[in-house]
Amino acid sequence: MTAAASAPAAKPEVAPLGRMLLVQTWAELRMRWRIPAFSVTIVALPVLFFTFFGLPFARQTLPNGTSLGAYLLASFAAYSVGSVMVFGFGIGVATERGLKVDVLMRATPLPPLIAILAKVLNALAYALLSLVILIAYGVVVGGVRQDLVVWIDMIARLLAGSVPFIALGFAIGYLCGPNVAPAVANLVYLPLSFASGLFMPLTQLPTFVRRIAPYLPAYHYGQLGWGAVGAASEPLLTSCAWLAGYTALFLLIAFRAYQREESRKFG
Amino acid sequence: MEALRGVDLSIRGGEVVAMLGPNGAGKTTSISLMLGLRQPTAGQVRLFGRPPTERRARSRCGVMLQESGTTSVLTVGEIVDVFRAYYPAPLAATRAIAMAGLTEQAAVRVGVLSGGQRQRLYFALAICGDPEILFLDEPTVGMDVEARRAFVASIQALAAAGKTIVFTTHYLREAEEMARRIVVIDHGTVIADASPQELKARVPGKKITLIAGRPFARRDFEDLPASVLSVAGDRASLLSNEPAAVLRELFRRGVDVADLEVTGADLEEAFLALTRRPESTR
Repeated sequence: MTAAASAPAAKPEVAPLGRMLLVQTWAELRMRWRIPAFSVTIVALPVLFFTFFGLPFARQTLPNGTSLGAYLLASFAAYSVGSVMVFGFGIGVATERGLKVDVLMRATPLPPLIAILAKVLNALAYALLSLVILIAYGVVVGGVRQDLVVWIDMIARLLAGSVPFIALGFAIGYLCGPNVAPAVANLVYLPLSFASGLFMPLTQLPTFVRRIAPYLPAYHYGQLGWGAVGAASEPLLTSCAWLAGYTALFLLIAFRAYQREESRKFG
Repeated sequence: MEALRGVDLSIRGGEVVAMLGPNGAGKTTSISLMLGLRQPTAGQVRLFGRPPTERRARSRCGVMLQESGTTSVLTVGEIVDVFRAYYPAPLAATRAIAMAGLTEQAAVRVGVLSGGQRQRLYFALAICGDPEILFLDEPTVGMDVEARRAFVASIQALAAAGKTIVFTTHYLREAEEMARRIVVIDHGTVIADASPQELKARVPGKKITLIAGRPFARRDFEDLPASVLSVAGDRASLLSNEPAAVLRELFRRGVDVADLEVTGADLEEAFLALTRRPESTR
């Protein structure tokens, strides 16, 4: 089959990718903002959790001199960024598949990589928003005091290290339908965070959980945050290696699920 | 499952082509192949001489697909603006929206549009990039009479402006109204590729409805210059280009006709007669 039309007049053959990325990211930001189930929970839940599990101990100090408030704030900061990624991508991708948004997008000149990049930028923006609000809350209400540099370091580490949770989100989004994805994301992410010591320090958790924790991605992700306040229990490189490994694993699962979907839909 | 077999089609710039066929005939599969959404197991597809998946080819196409969706939380104006950014030289958003008849809904969120309005939104998204070729899969599904009329006018204007348009439909009337070339697909193969006039000459133009004093038998209609649409008890309907000859022969055979009516064939029925496979190949 061939379809051809007369040669175009002197106009550019393709649209600029930079502008495409900008417009796409801005659209994603607005779309997310208009779904309160996402925007409100992303911002409110970490603050709420910190209020229950962090505030009562915020002014105490750990044996090594670290502020317990800063440690707990780092924990919930890690929880918060991870949740933006797992829920944002998990539920977002599943919903788009459910609405068949992907079918139409595939036929447009928008390169899939730009679409994914826009989603990542969008998620990073919400993660940053969530972090800034949580930290401001911890500082103002909890009286947690750290140098500004420490907070900036924490934010940078957590944003940079969030890749495995993006991959986990994609895996859930491609494996689950739109109705199942929220439940699966919760069932995977909440126990994972809890068992990794993000809700309360590992020392407060049962022995078997403490044994499992060092094998979980959220544990090593938490280390990035704890490291920013001088309370990491492993070298930064070790955390990064674990996170890279989990990224590869989740990406593999996501890619397999994506392929399965492709062959089913467009075989 | 084999969806298409040996479809060999060449569409030139400026043509308006209707892909006509019943549901499941392979129309959507053909469009999907032309767009590179599916890969053929054998053969190849070229769009402007390039693989259809190439961005330079895609940038010259506007697409309206069946069973595709878009976000529900952006407004019509916003989503059109997003799609415009995908194309090198898009139309003004207001113009694309006006051509789709959605000016009043421009500030309305996509989620609250009616089915017909949503279909018009997809049309706006297809044309907003000012593409040279439009692929429209069942574009009028869900449109009411008014919307359909406006849509046909838009298509005719686009065709007059030299755009290439490929659309699928299962309504012959619609194909005839908009296209200068009709490709009839059935069971995954092209069974006709002709102008609307040629096609109409090939399908029976009159419908004969008969009521008899006794139940009809199939053999009453054997070897008539007509195709039998239905026989049920004392009622039968036939399609033919020569109704007078058919009736003369029926009377000569002594068929007891109590009442009869000859009308212009419904184009749907005529089309069914064309796509119906000969008995021997069943």
